[in-house]
Order: sequence, then C-alpha cells, then structure tokens
Amino acid sequence: MAAAGRSRGGAFGAKVALSRAIGAASRRSGRGGGTTLPGRVLLRLEPEAIARLGTGLDGSRTIVSATNGKTTTAGMIAAILAADGRSPVHNRAGSNMTWGVATALLEQSGSEGLFEVDEAWLPRVSEQLQPTLIVLGNLFRDQLDRYGEMEALADEWARTVAALAGGTEFALNADDPLIADLGRDREGRRREGALYFGIEDPSQALPELQHAFDAKHCRRCGHPYAYARAFVGHLGHYSCPSCGAERPAPEVAATAIELRGMEGSRTRVRTPSGEIELELPLPGLYNVYNALAAIAAGLRLGVEPARIAGALGEMRAAFGRVETIAVGEVPVSILLIKNPAGANEVLRTLLLESRERGPIDLWVALNDRIADGRDVSWIWDADFELLSAAVRRVVCAGTRAPEMALRLKYAGWPQEAIEVVPGIEASLDAAVAGAEGRLFALPTYTALLELRRLLSDRGLAQEFWR
Amino acid sequence: MELRVLSLYPEQMNIYADRGNILFLQRRCEWRGIGFVHAGAGPGDPVDPAAHDLFYAGGGQDRDQRAVAADMVATKQRELVAAADDGAVLLAVCGGYQLLGHSYQLGEEKLPGLGIADLETVREPGPRLIGNVAIEADLGGGPRLIAGFENHGGRTYLRPGAQPLGRVLCGHGNNDRDGFEGVRRDNVIGTYLHGPLLPKNAWLADHLIALALERRYGTRPDLEPLPDRLEAAAHESARRAATGT
Repeated sequence: MAAAGRSRGGAFGAKVALSRAIGAASRRSGRGGGTTLPGRVLLRLEPEAIARLGTGLDGSRTIVSATNGKTTTAGMIAAILAADGRSPVHNRAGSNMTWGVATALLEQSGSEGLFEVDEAWLPRVSEQLQPTLIVLGNLFRDQLDRYGEMEALADEWARTVAALAGGTEFALNADDPLIADLGRDREGRRREGALYFGIEDPSQALPELQHAFDAKHCRRCGHPYAYARAFVGHLGHYSCPSCGAERPAPEVAATAIELRGMEGSRTRVRTPSGEIELELPLPGLYNVYNALAAIAAGLRLGVEPARIAGALGEMRAAFGRVETIAVGEVPVSILLIKNPAGANEVLRTLLLESRERGPIDLWVALNDRIADGRDVSWIWDADFELLSAAVRRVVCAGTRAPEMALRLKYAGWPQEAIEVVPGIEASLDAAVAGAEGRLFALPTYTALLELRRLLSDRGLAQEFWR
Repeated sequence: MELRVLSLYPEQMNIYADRGNILFLQRRCEWRGIGFVHAGAGPGDPVDPAAHDLFYAGGGQDRDQRAVAADMVATKQRELVAAADDGAVLLAVCGGYQLLGHSYQLGEEKLPGLGIADLETVREPGPRLIGNVAIEADLGGGPRLIAGFENHGGRTYLRPGAQPLGRVLCGHGNNDRDGFEGVRRDNVIGTYLHGPLLPKNAWLADHLIALALERRYGTRPDLEPLPDRLEAAAHESARRAATGT
C-alpha cells in the first residue's frame, strides 16, 4: 500500500481508507463486484484520485492501450518485469477504465505502475498519471456505439501524446498508420523518445487487403494511403503517394516469422540491443504484434533482451485469450472475439488449425450487452467466409444467437452444421456433447465472463489442459 | 433474370457492415437462380443510370462523408436523380440517407446533398441517437415491421414533399422528435437502420429485389420462397432487442 503512501493527506487519506474498507467488505460478502468497487467509490469521493495515488509511483509508470491485444500485451510486459525481479502495480484483472486503475493503485503496492487502459479513457488516465512510457498497439473499428469514429479517437490520442511529449517515452506500432503518426510532431519530425516496432517479413502478408480496412487516409494530408502489403487488417507497409508520409522504420522488427497454428510461433526479432529468437506459445500474427510491443516496452524499461525472450517464451494466455479448459473429455479452447479485425485473426488461426487437424467444432456466443457493444452489425464485417469449408459443426449461443447463425449461413457455412441453442450452459453442453476432438469456443466479452463463471462453478476453470 | 447492383463509394461508405446488405441480396438471388452482378462506383467514377437496377449507399465516418458528398454532387448527381426518377431502386442507409436530402449542416459546414428526397439533416447539440430500433412501414400490402440499429449524430427533418419510410415503434428515428423514420419516394428508400438492415429484414430484401426486377423486366416477378427459418429467427431477435418483448 506504499504506492499512495507519501501523498496522502488527512481528508484524502480518509477517503482512501473508506474505499479500501468498502472493497474488503464487498469481497467478504462474496457478492462479487469487489474487483473495482474500491476504485469506483474513491473516484466518486475524489475525482483526481489517480493523479494523487500515482505520485506514489516514483519508478516507471507504463500505460498500454490498443483496440486489440491490450490485456495480452500488458500481461507480457508484466511477465518481462517479473523476470527482471520487478512487480509493478498492475490492473491485471483487465478492468481498464479509471476505476480499474484506481483500484489497482489502492490495493497494490510498488514503486512502478503498469496499466492497461481502455482506448476511450486513455486521454483522461494519461493526464492524471503522467506516464513515463505509453505503449500503443493499434486502432481498429470497434464498438462504434460506444467509442464513436476511429479517426476521432485517433485525434484525441494525438492531443494526449502532444501534451505528454518531452517527458514521456512511446512504444508505437509502425505498421498502423493511425498509431505511427502519433510519434511525429506537427512538422512531421520524429518525437524524442519514440521507439517503433513492426513486422518486416513479407511472407506473412495477406493475399489481399481485408474488407474491414480501417485506415484509408493519410493522417497528414488526407490522401488515400498506398499499401505495399498488409499483415493484420490495416497493419502493414504503407505510404502516402501525395505528401510522402510513410511507415517509420521500426527499431524492433520481426524479420522472420513462422506460425505454428494454435501452438504459437517462432520469430526472429531485430532490436537495437541485438537479435532475439522468440518462441511464443500464443497463436497468430496478432500475438506476434503484441510480443513486439512488449519487447519494445521491455527495452525501454531497461530489461535485457535475453531476459525478455525468456519471459515471453513462458507466457500464458491472458484471461479468455486462448486458454484451454477440459470439459469432461473435451478440451475447450477459448478465443475471445469482439470486433472484425480481432475476429479475423482468430478465424485465420482456426483455418490453419483445420488444415492440420481436419474440420473443427465450434461454439460461438454473441452477446450485445454494453461491454460487448449493443450493435452486433460488426459480425458482417468479419470474414467468417474463411471457415466455410473448415467447420464440422457450430452451436450458436448468446443474446443475439439467431443473428450469429444467420451470418454463418450467408458466409456459406453448411446450414445443417449450424445450430442455435439458447442459454450459455445448455448450448455449451450441446457443443461439447457433439464435439469430436477439441471444441473451439468463440465468445464475445460478456459471454466470456458467463462462460468463465459457468466453468468455475463446475470447478473446471482452474484446470488448464495443455 | 439478373439483378445488377451498384454500390456507391463502397470504400468510403461501409462503416456499419454495409457489405452485409449486398451479400444478403447476392445470396438470395443466387439461391433462386437469379444472376447477380455487383459493381462499385468510387470518387470520380461516372454512373450509367440504365446499367443498374439497384443502387446502394452506406454509412461513413465524417471525413469520408464530407469527401463523398462533394464528389457525389459533382460527378453523379444528375445520373442518380435520373435513375430515381426512372423508378430505379435506391437504398440509402445512415450517411447515405443523409446525402439523399438537400444538405447536411455539420457545424459551420454545410455538406451538399443529391436533393432526391425533400429533407435536410442538421448536426444538433445533444447526444448521438444510438440503439436498437423498430419501425412500422407499409410498402404496399399492409404495415410490416423493420428492425435494426441506429447510430447517428445528425437529425433529419422531412419537408412537406417527403413521405417517411415508417413510424417509430421503439428507438429514435429521424430526429427523436416527430416519431418518423426514414424517407420513401418512388422506389427510393432512405433509413438510419443498419445492423445491417437487410439480413434483419429478409422480407424487405425480397421486396427490393422484386421492385428492381420489375423495373428491368416490366412485370413483378414471383420470387421463389426460400427456407427462411434462420432469417425469421434473426428478424425476431432484432425486433425483440428493440422492443424488449
């Protein structure tokens, strides 16, 4: 609890103590809600609480944000710091709005901070926390009903970065033009303290640009970008034919990547401190991006490359991101889906998997609660067509299950393979009962929470199957 | 038989999964043995009003919509007005709907519109109008329900020459005030409902296919019924999301 130590005066100290007591009482009552209740209470009492508690962090203060991969990336950075013998204050439960950050600050002690922050909350949390390092991964089309337009969000991030520049370092994805441009000042010069990461293995390029393509216009002049190649959604090698703005050369670069389906990947990474041979036990190119972000952050935080590689090689998936849990005899691999770009990467990984092991069994749960986005139209922007010939059977669940089933029908999946079973529990049991090998579970965020609760009630959630 | 569809600005105006509408039309034609030809017209591209049976315009981010409005009026207005006057089917959703009117007042700026429908849109102070929505529309043959999702900052006001697409049952509609949603003129339909719209309302998709084929071939075709179990369930699911019952 030393994090907040020095700065706490009388009135503020009383508010902190009250908030902690309420959190403890809530946990004792076993009614849940304990994860962020103290932060919520404290922010109600003291809106500037993050700024006040944050002054207790006199080491590094790192913020991680992105549309996709922020929980995983923050988890990777935490693992890297742990390998370095450091234990930052970290909102590891994935509660990434102000109250999640405030709760972590209230309940953990340490001289360093590591916070995953929701895209929309990044400006506010940054202003309060005055981070020493910001790690920004990507901006994709996501929950338009909640975040609004992506370009407007990018504009807000640009204001945040400009306000912090000088005192803050940045680890930025060179391959996402919306992110890369944040590392340049108004005149287009690279900001001091900006470190770029990116992929430089052309063999990993998509055969064509995907439909859900989110960064079309040059952030400098508005002219459409020209792409030499794209790796994930709009992440790739681009330049502006009009003003000449182009992808910055990344200092941390994946120069040779070998994907191994659900097993993970092997990647050679060039860094300013030498080469890293990365054995990543998480699948997909999207996790290579997460690892590159974590490597860049690790280097900025002063960790040796070999130590970074060792930590990433032993990564476990973040909550709900490719964990595998045995339900009866059936291993169930859980892959969160929440927006077109993220879902496309999951679908690509499953396509590779089906090529190696034959047709796959799926459970897809589409919820439309606030944390999922109320608008479920995004499923029509995700390329479910990829798996039309790769699926043996799919059970659709969730609050909008029929609309998910309809999407799959129009993606060309065999109609006789598509079932709708209302209710998370009944549908999961139906999917498990019909699965021939492994079952892949693709829930949206709140469906993942329901699934986790269900598996934990059955005593299965802690049981990892490898 | 063949349905020829033209997407207007498919690269710029596609934000709410607009391709789902096109895919839905395509599959329902293919399953019935009706040919399906799909083309796109982007910035600067000319439009031949006689070469297409159904025109589609989706939604875009503000920046895209700004660029599209100017280009559309400069390079396509005359042809699209001619197509609409000639009875072509034109489905415009969200941003595309706003461009059907005379103008869209965005702060200081006034985006031009096609003037195909007698309406105008204004970005007023106040929250975006977001949520599930259900409306009741009579496109001939009695009132039917259309379900979808709306997310718009602009408020659209119909002028006396315009007829709404329908009456709001649940949700905000054109402007959150007058209880109307969308616009309808000849075979032109403008609406804020995405989700996307047609997969949630298969009857409307078939209605538009029939109208477009009728214009091309002279008689209204009897579309072969399809096994629409999942379509009916999706419609019901979207309706329930809007009405809560």
